[in-house]
Amino acid sequence: MNIHAIKAIYKFEMARTGRTLLQSVVAPVISTSLYFVVFGSAIGSRITEVEGISYGAFLVPGLIMLSLLTQSVSNAAFGIYFPKFTGTIYELLSAPVSMIEALIGYVGAAATKSIMLGLIILATATFFVDVRIAHPMLMLVFLILTGITFSLFGFIIGIWADNFEKLQLIPLLIVTPLVFLGGSFYSVSMLPPVWQTITLMNPVTYLVSGFRWSFYEIADVSLWISLGMIGVFLLACLLVVGWIFRTGYHLRS
Amino acid sequence: MEPVVSIKNLNKTYRGGHQALKNINLDIYPGEIIALLGPNGAGKTTLISTICGIAQPTSGSVTVGGKDIIKDYRDTRSLIGLVPQELTTDSFETPWVTVNFSRGLFGKAPDHAYIEKVLRDVSLWEKRNNKIMTLSGGMKRRLLIAKALSHEPRVLFLDEPTAGVDVELRREMWQLVHRLRENGVTIILTTHYIEEAEEMADRIGVIANGEIILVEDKAALMQKLGKKQLVLDLKQPLSAIPESLASQALELRLDGYQLVYTFDTQADRTGITSLLDALRRENIEFSDLSTTQSSLEQIFVQLLEEA
Repeated sequence: MNIHAIKAIYKFEMARTGRTLLQSVVAPVISTSLYFVVFGSAIGSRITEVEGISYGAFLVPGLIMLSLLTQSVSNAAFGIYFPKFTGTIYELLSAPVSMIEALIGYVGAAATKSIMLGLIILATATFFVDVRIAHPMLMLVFLILTGITFSLFGFIIGIWADNFEKLQLIPLLIVTPLVFLGGSFYSVSMLPPVWQTITLMNPVTYLVSGFRWSFYEIADVSLWISLGMIGVFLLACLLVVGWIFRTGYHLRS
Repeated sequence: MEPVVSIKNLNKTYRGGHQALKNINLDIYPGEIIALLGPNGAGKTTLISTICGIAQPTSGSVTVGGKDIIKDYRDTRSLIGLVPQELTTDSFETPWVTVNFSRGLFGKAPDHAYIEKVLRDVSLWEKRNNKIMTLSGGMKRRLLIAKALSHEPRVLFLDEPTAGVDVELRREMWQLVHRLRENGVTIILTTHYIEEAEEMADRIGVIANGEIILVEDKAALMQKLGKKQLVLDLKQPLSAIPESLASQALELRLDGYQLVYTFDTQADRTGITSLLDALRRENIEFSDLSTTQSSLEQIFVQLLEEA
């Protein structure tokens, strides 16, 4: 195992966050605060409670998930795409680094960033609403597993993308809508029956539901199904990454 | 002596079907400087990329330090430093950060004293904390060399190291390469500049259309293919070459004021003595004489024409 290489990649990627602090930390915190103002205060005055939880507090897990998913994907995608774009990827490809090591470095850094961001958003939320976490350990498990899984997904997008448009395409056109429609801002039970069925086809619903359960012990689907879904995502991403590494797809000519 | 890099029947066909390398065989020995000469698109960069692991070989094998580049890629890549042709750098980083990063990537523990030495060797120590985007092209080129040297490689690939570099800097680069060789580093460089190969290399390989046309010691190559010319400045101009000399390889230049005789340095007889005798018989007097040897550039053009 080339531990020095993993450390070097990880450190390098984390340093990039330091340089882009405004974009990677401050911006999501501001947008989260805006969500609280708009959804929590304006809409929250109409919907006072969801399943016994104040609407503002109900929003918190969904908002964290929203940032966690989008930031994991974009951080990891950008992390591997940028060296491809500038050409500095030659160094990684000619280094005695296995693809697993590169993956640990890039995905590890992207997941760390988005998990930290999730925690920052959680801390921000406590200024607006009364947040209680029934199962902190489970909450962390969800946070970490989701962060890693979607960073892997972002890594795949970063390797697949051969221009900036493609890099933005999946996060904007798929990830964001799925998160919005996955029960981040409402309980699935609030929807008409047809939409409930459709929503259950959205994989993100399971992540949000399980994550929310770790806070308030309320869920749209069973906790075990939620955990199982993350496992399925993780496995699917690992299989694709394995295929990329075997074939050198979009990396080695 | 065991070769440090050994290439056997190497073929590379890109996915689009373009065959960039055709059955390449080449042994490179420790401590030598070998220059790969060839026109654009000849396959020089593909050859380097394949050895370094950036491109995958279609067939054939390459060993570095006796290890296979695919099976034992960790061993072989640790031995290699690569300076790419393009000035690809992390614009927002500093030389200090990026060179230390390279060392880590190649599996070496941090060694700030060594990195300082490398940056001093390429005259970038003063610039170590500047953003890379503020460096000049020549500095970026030297930075790429520093990155390639960060893990103390035994074999250094320089892909067009002086492309777009001014004359003074080019000379500095050559000196740096010579210093590296003195430290036992084997150097493989590709170049368009014949002057560069002539100045630096011990051996020269010529690549065209994905094939190695020739690999020779520089001196032997120059001698073997080099033609020498004897140039005579005449006191009186000649309107034509006299009949008695017509069989000789002679030509007139400068409105008949200069007579040029081309001869083969490898031949048993150069024919100079008999030419001079013949000139005396024809009463052709000359005020000066000199000889010139064809440059590597002329040899190169000749080789490519034959290929």
